[in-house]
Amino acid sequence: MSLDMFVQHFFNALMLGSLYGLIAIGYTMVYGILRLINFAHGDIFMISTYFVFFGVSLFKMPWVAAALLSIAATAACGILIDRVAYRPLRDAPRISALISAIGVSFFIENICLVFFTGIPRPMPRLEVLVEVVRLGSVRILPLVLVVPLVSFSLVAALLLVLYRTKPGLAMRAISKDIETTRLMGVRINSIIALTFAIGSAMAAAAGIMWALRYPQINPFMGVIPGFKAFIAAVCGGIGSVQGAMAGGLILGFMEIMIIAFFPGLSGYRDAFAFVLLILILFVKPTGIMGEKLEDKI
Amino acid sequence: MNAGTKTILNITALAFLALFVHWAQGGLDGYKVQVLNLIAVNIILALSLNLIYGYTGMFSLGHAGFMAIGAYVCAILIIPAAQKEMMYILQPIIWPFSVMRAPFFVAVLAGGAAAAFFGLLISLPVLRLGGDYLGIATLGFAEIIRVVFTNITPITNGALGLKGIPGYAGLTWNYFWCVLSVYIIVKLLSSNFGNCLRAIRDDEVAAKAMGINTFRCKAVSFGVGAFFAGVGGALMGSLITTIDPKMFNFQLTFNILMIVVVGGLGSVTGSVAGAVVITILLEWLRFVEYTVEIGPWVIPGVPGMRMVIFSLALLFIILYRRRGIIGGYEFSWDDLGRLLRRKGADK
Repeated sequence: MSLDMFVQHFFNALMLGSLYGLIAIGYTMVYGILRLINFAHGDIFMISTYFVFFGVSLFKMPWVAAALLSIAATAACGILIDRVAYRPLRDAPRISALISAIGVSFFIENICLVFFTGIPRPMPRLEVLVEVVRLGSVRILPLVLVVPLVSFSLVAALLLVLYRTKPGLAMRAISKDIETTRLMGVRINSIIALTFAIGSAMAAAAGIMWALRYPQINPFMGVIPGFKAFIAAVCGGIGSVQGAMAGGLILGFMEIMIIAFFPGLSGYRDAFAFVLLILILFVKPTGIMGEKLEDKI
Repeated sequence: MNAGTKTILNITALAFLALFVHWAQGGLDGYKVQVLNLIAVNIILALSLNLIYGYTGMFSLGHAGFMAIGAYVCAILIIPAAQKEMMYILQPIIWPFSVMRAPFFVAVLAGGAAAAFFGLLISLPVLRLGGDYLGIATLGFAEIIRVVFTNITPITNGALGLKGIPGYAGLTWNYFWCVLSVYIIVKLLSSNFGNCLRAIRDDEVAAKAMGINTFRCKAVSFGVGAFFAGVGGALMGSLITTIDPKMFNFQLTFNILMIVVVGGLGSVTGSVAGAVVITILLEWLRFVEYTVEIGPWVIPGVPGMRMVIFSLALLFIILYRRRGIIGGYEFSWDDLGRLLRRKGADK
């Protein structure tokens, strides 16, 4: 493989990986706090792209305003889902909440199918980001450089919130012991709502950037990236934000590089992530940066 | 009520079922027969998932994968060799799959056995995981099966799938397998092994402390569940006569999970009732997706509406009626006898 090709694959992998990482953050934060796989997260990711689509095409908003509004609206959706489908089940067996999450996921997909139809829509483009630029002999989209930059800044901001602010402290405390934190006078439900809001906002940012790269949006576009991002969260060690990002990058590089070096395997692309998942769970179930979760007896 | 009376009652009930099936075969139109067939297949699938999840407490989302294995193995065994030769247009089918042939009963059995084999194989690594990790790992397994089946074209005919599978799975076969699976699973659950499974579900650590070999019990439960999922898949394939890898997606697992949750986790009666109710509703609710004309008004059909209603129903049940529509009740002849006697006393 020529060096130019390798550079292109490298940047593609970096972009894909940081997008997986951003989505994975939502999974890892919710799982860290509630021990719940938020199946609806992939659908939240999908909804954000529709907000941008309707903001730009229906309300004629400028692209950036539509994107910001979409992030806010998606965060609100995250809070709403928690309020309606998960909060009533806080004291129920964990699996009930998981089934509820699967129900919510199917509900969002199908309600979008009803309202927006299954016809793929074109994502409004931001021309600056999607015009090919030549750097020497490497042809590259500015998007491919902007996405990792935005992603890493978002993660840095999130880490600041988590480790330097009171609500961040509360989140970390809840993930250690929810009952004790409640006794310390922390309003559990608002902190959990905030967690959902942050996770959904990250997914929205990822969704919008994803749709710039793959500009066909449809109600089921979130399913596969959602699963893969969850796998990234598990690989990185569930509960850890840095781990989620690392897991996302590992997965992104694995997918792009395996196909780059062995094009014959491209049909199996969607299976790589799941094979990685089963391997990771077999070898090191806590992931690369996760803490050991102990079963309480 | 003594055991002899119960045996007689069971045999009578079976005879009535046989009579009903015989009558339905000739007396009902094709669509109703198809719904009855689907009910039987869904009962098998729901029971197998309920065994794994409702009774043993292992959250498995891999049902579509086991069904795919069962359906493909059975289909390859019952499609005539000449037809296979013609159908595999992308790449010719390889030996020995090209010449394999088996009677329907053996083919279904083989489908189940293949699914059970893969179930046990996957259970070795994944059963060490608890709760929802198990769910996501089995879901991953089902996805891998789907991707692999799309790509091993010389065996599965790839994305084109298999068409024109002989439709041996009529009412007789479906209800035969349905009764067989109910019988085996009820027997299994009422044995001491069933108690072990329930103990593991309620508290795995305590079960282990009581000397139960939890890993072996879980593996057996998973294997039996996978076997019947494979059987259900095999019957489903022969029933709708065409299968392709896309069919066995997460939606299929979702439907079965819905039947089990709606019927009630850990209840055989619930699974049977859930399968009947959900199958009929799924068919009946098709009208919301068709355009309806009432006099001068035309109500356009909305595709996707059916699943919206179903996901709402699932959410409602899990939020407000966690024990399912019949509340965890388990049918027995004793209860029925008592009920009848009380009715008699009232008069």
